[in-house]
Amino acid sequence: MKPPRFQYHVPESLDEALGLLAELGADAKPLAGGQSLVPLLNMRLARPGHLLDLNRVAELDYLTERDGGLALGAMTRQRAVERSALIRDRCPLLAQAIRYVGHLPIRTRGTIGGSVAHADPAAELPGVLAALDGRITLQSRSSTRVLDPADFFLGVLASAATPEELVTEIWLPAVPERTGQVWLEVARRHGDYALVGLGASVTLDGDGTISEARLALIGVGPVPVRARRAEERLRGEWPATSLFREAGRLVSAEIQPETDVHATSEYRRRVAAVLTERALAEATRQITRETVE
Amino acid sequence: MSAEVGAGSAQRRAIRVTVNGVVYERVVEPRLLLSDFLRHELGLTGTHVGCEHGVCGACTVLVNGEPARSCLMLAVQADGLAIETVESLAPDEERLHPLQQAFWDRHGLQCGFCTPGLLMLLKSFLAENPSPSEEEVREAISGNLCRCTGYQNIVAAALEAARLLREPVAG
Ligand SMILES: Cc1cc2nc3c(=O)[nH]c(=O)nc-3n(C[C@H](O)[C@H](O)[C@H](O)COP(=O)(O)OP(=O)(O)OC[C@H]3O[C@@H](n4cnc5c(N)ncnc54)[C@H](O)[C@@H]3O)c2cc1C
Ligand code: FES
Ligand code: FES
Repeated sequence: MKPPRFQYHVPESLDEALGLLAELGADAKPLAGGQSLVPLLNMRLARPGHLLDLNRVAELDYLTERDGGLALGAMTRQRAVERSALIRDRCPLLAQAIRYVGHLPIRTRGTIGGSVAHADPAAELPGVLAALDGRITLQSRSSTRVLDPADFFLGVLASAATPEELVTEIWLPAVPERTGQVWLEVARRHGDYALVGLGASVTLDGDGTISEARLALIGVGPVPVRARRAEERLRGEWPATSLFREAGRLVSAEIQPETDVHATSEYRRRVAAVLTERALAEATRQITRETVE
Repeated sequence: MSAEVGAGSAQRRAIRVTVNGVVYERVVEPRLLLSDFLRHELGLTGTHVGCEHGVCGACTVLVNGEPARSCLMLAVQADGLAIETVESLAPDEERLHPLQQAFWDRHGLQCGFCTPGLLMLLKSFLAENPSPSEEEVREAISGNLCRCTGYQNIVAAALEAARLLREPVAG
């Protein structure tokens, strides 16, 4: 197999990359880790006239604390996130989720920005952004915008990025005090795209009641979905198995998964309920363990 | 840094890639995959090609020490980088690398199609995790498909190789 012919560009700075994009427009495709784009080229499902290789734009490869959270440059490798002690400490949800992104030799090349820009409905990173209300920065030669996940992810493999824009950074809030975060998913095989994936973040008040609950699911719709009704139900309540079971029922009622070759809609609803119940129990266990220690 | 050679529709670039310690300079089309560069340009056919879309792992090589799919990289992207392929493992014609020895002893291969990719993946994995559990080995090799062995003997070989690499036999 061979990709179709294209003109190859290797900018060495962000300015140069954005300048090229502005000139070449929709006929150019950015090449990040290549773990989704090169298969499309090999199968000739994508035929861009120009490839803009971002792998030498070193200024987009960083991982740092900023504004009470973590800023990750678009060209940060997924494997670097997996290895980062800072991520494990400040954003346990991302640290857990990243290990489900493909396989080890995919994550060594695959990038944060590429995964977000690709906007696969079963991809983990968009789910983490949705669960934590992260932010996505888009830059073109003439503008910079910062979007919420709900405004960025528009559909299956569709985002708000225009052909002249690059995803340059994502930002995630640091984990608050007395908070447990859990990523769970069900796939046919470890590393396959999720049939259903779930990110949960639970914060307990000083008196032990739930002050904040966040639940985001992937694989159950065209974009990552927040389970708002279940979150609402959990707030202000005491953690309890019966409450978590009810939250699971609410989640499976409020999502609208499709049936496809991998699983039926009904099966996905059932899995979502079970994962919700388990994730909530594990998240609260994490907090009680911490306070006991 | 790779330089453009000639103009027109068949744009070609001069690249300099270190493969198994040897520096190669070639002029290639940007669309040439690293896997095809290794096999067709350099004659290093130990790197196998199965699916060519990132799923099977047969083409796994080390890029600056990290395992990667050579079918998902362009040869021009390897400019200035160091690539290791399965040909780099055995010290000479007579002796095998401990990983290869373990695969031999534990029947970790049948047809051998998946083996080069698994060996290169495991080389880097065991360097980072010298004493993995069976479960960690299974997770590490989850992206490498084998249609023959049923994986049982690959896992046994990986654990045996880990032991051999931890306690090299004198001599
Ligand atoms: C076998 C296999 C299994 C996988 N399993 C999973 C999985 O379980 N979960 C998962 O999430 N992913 C999975 N992936 C995909 C992997 O995570 C990719 O790394 C990711 O989707 C794309 O990132 P990339 O850096 O490789 O981007 P590329 O493949 O280089 O690019 C993907 C797309 O995004 C565009 N793009 C890239 N960077 C930017 C940018 N900075 N700004 C604007 N546009 C940009 C490209 O033009 C292209 O359209 C798998 C891949 C393979 C091959
Ligand atoms: S040939 Fe590269 S992963 Fe299958
Ligand atoms: S030994 Fe035949 S595919 Fe693995």
